[in-house]
Amino acid sequence: MTTVVDKTKVPWWAANIIVPLVNLVLALLVSGLFIFIAGENPLQAVKLIIYGSFGYVEGFAYTLYYTTNFIFTGLAFAVAFHCRLFNIGGEGQAYIGGLGVFLVAINFSFLPVPIVWLLAIAGAIIFGAAWAFIPAYLQAKRGSHVVITTIMFNFIASSLMIFLLVDVIRDTAQMGPHTVALPKELWFPTFKDFAHLFGMKIRYSPLNISFIIAIIASFFVWFLIWKTKWGYEMRAVGHNTQAAIYAGISPYKNIIIAMLVSGGLAGMLGINEILGVHHKIVAGFPAGYGFTGIAVALMGRNHPIGIFPAALLFGILYQGGSEVTFDMPNITRYMFIAVQGVIILFSGALENLFRPQIESFFVNRINKENPA
Amino acid sequence: MENLADIASLLNSTFRISTPLIFAAMAGLFAERSGVIDFGLEGKMLAAAFVAAVGSYYFNSPWLGLVLAIIACVSLSMLHGFASVTHKGDQVVSCVAINILMIGLTTALAAAWFGQAGLTPTLKDNQRFLEITLPFADSLQNVPIIGLIYSDIISGHYIFVYIAYLLVPIVFWIVFKTSFGLRIRAVGENPSAVDTAGINVFSMRYKALMVNGVLIAFAGAHLSTAVNANFFREMSAGRGYLALAALIFGKWHPKTALIACLLFGFTDALQIRLQGVPIPGIGLIPVQFIQATPYILTVVLLAGFVGKAIAPNAIGQPYIKER
Repeated sequence: MTTVVDKTKVPWWAANIIVPLVNLVLALLVSGLFIFIAGENPLQAVKLIIYGSFGYVEGFAYTLYYTTNFIFTGLAFAVAFHCRLFNIGGEGQAYIGGLGVFLVAINFSFLPVPIVWLLAIAGAIIFGAAWAFIPAYLQAKRGSHVVITTIMFNFIASSLMIFLLVDVIRDTAQMGPHTVALPKELWFPTFKDFAHLFGMKIRYSPLNISFIIAIIASFFVWFLIWKTKWGYEMRAVGHNTQAAIYAGISPYKNIIIAMLVSGGLAGMLGINEILGVHHKIVAGFPAGYGFTGIAVALMGRNHPIGIFPAALLFGILYQGGSEVTFDMPNITRYMFIAVQGVIILFSGALENLFRPQIESFFVNRINKENPA
Repeated sequence: MENLADIASLLNSTFRISTPLIFAAMAGLFAERSGVIDFGLEGKMLAAAFVAAVGSYYFNSPWLGLVLAIIACVSLSMLHGFASVTHKGDQVVSCVAINILMIGLTTALAAAWFGQAGLTPTLKDNQRFLEITLPFADSLQNVPIIGLIYSDIISGHYIFVYIAYLLVPIVFWIVFKTSFGLRIRAVGENPSAVDTAGINVFSMRYKALMVNGVLIAFAGAHLSTAVNANFFREMSAGRGYLALAALIFGKWHPKTALIACLLFGFTDALQIRLQGVPIPGIGLIPVQFIQATPYILTVVLLAGFVGKAIAPNAIGQPYIKER
């Protein structure tokens, strides 16, 4: 028997903070069980994760570097999801977005640096969006399910990029499948550079000004989804396509716009990775960040304000996780992919597991305090 | 003669490569016909491959490995049902969770238990399924045509290949000729009508998912205890998604889904043959493009250039009983 709760009486923090936290705790308990099955002590792992991600300046900088990537891919998934589209193709869109960054930066390197940066950011967005366009078009016009097409486009992107890196744009002076490095003046200033300006001596970390770009992107997404006509139409199509059509909103147009914005945001991952960290295209640089974006968005309830803490949590898991893999031979980075799966399960698919009980608990308390 | 032998080996590989796709497509057919989306075929196939390889390694019996794989996959299907049938969670999200969970967990546990970068130990011959030579295959080898067809194409496959092709007519019979099949199709088309007729929609969907779990386990066991002699990371390589595409392209029908699976299998067999072979008039196609052909084909087929696919009416919608 399901509990019937008067939704209007549920306090917002119970629905949007307590329930997600309970789901997160459940997910972390199950993850602890996995670490135990793998033959390590889960509590020891938690200690290592906290030390690795907060214990020293460079560790924290790494945490924020990962957070940057997860903000981009989390926002990407969230925008599409508001239109009820499952863009599982963040990985491929990010890969192609990186190609955009590199091609623009290397071909326009004669221009003043800030202009090259702006153009390269545009390159990331356009290339990422273009890669999302075909699945978007096929979903809108032919009804091909976007989950399958975007997954296929991940495979195709990977093949295409390997081809380009091996046969077309490879740095022929080197063995590995990667391009030449961008000129040094085009590299994004890192956290270390800023720290040195203030007289702080720290070691290298990949955190760079892309973090600020990610925050700006979060504001942009919030504005687009909740403050513009476009965002309203996208949400209308996502909520109830039939009603949207009746109101004169075109689902085709909005499916395509949502996917283009989504692909563009995923492509922005390339800014952080290419301009900020590698300074060249390295085979496989998206490294699963696109998939993690799904978990980030679902945990953050598809809102930029929720996505930031969710991205930070995954930043902690990634950076702290690498500390764990150093110290615990039985734990590999794949364990943290499994943790993502568990988090998607509890904060996405099973989000209603305890929601009725928790909500009715708070509603009953409020009813007791103010009897009608 | 040279060309004939080439064609024979191509067809032979087609049957072998299509096998996991057929199991997965038939598994997906049960779930989706009952109204439950199953993108989780990929993750379940990985789980089955891992469990079958580990089970067979520890218990020295590929059959026991298969049984354990079935248990694992049925459990995952039940989890999917628990989230999306009982708790009415989003079906696609539940599938994505299962897929990502399995990509991570299988490799993480393989690394933790065997320490070989996510590989399980190589199985000995008594721990895996071997190719079966059908009776008289050797003696018929040199008979023209018949020898080619019987000995080179039909004989010499793993047991799963034969099971897969026997499975298709059985699935057809269950789904279209039995009352169980009728009920499964009915809960996928019009669950409230079925409910009115006094049949429990939830339990029908759970039963369909149970069959789904059993069938997908065969696909995984085929990969890790027959074609290969171990599990390696992400060894399903998108086959779950290809099978789902075949199912959609086959309009959720066993016969047409089989044809789509064979088409995928043939494309894959062909791309393996074509690697490094120059094509007349075009020259050498880069290997990455050839490898991407099954994925490109999936997109093209799904784009519906060959006709529109109509899904079961109630697919993806949790059933909410009115009070």
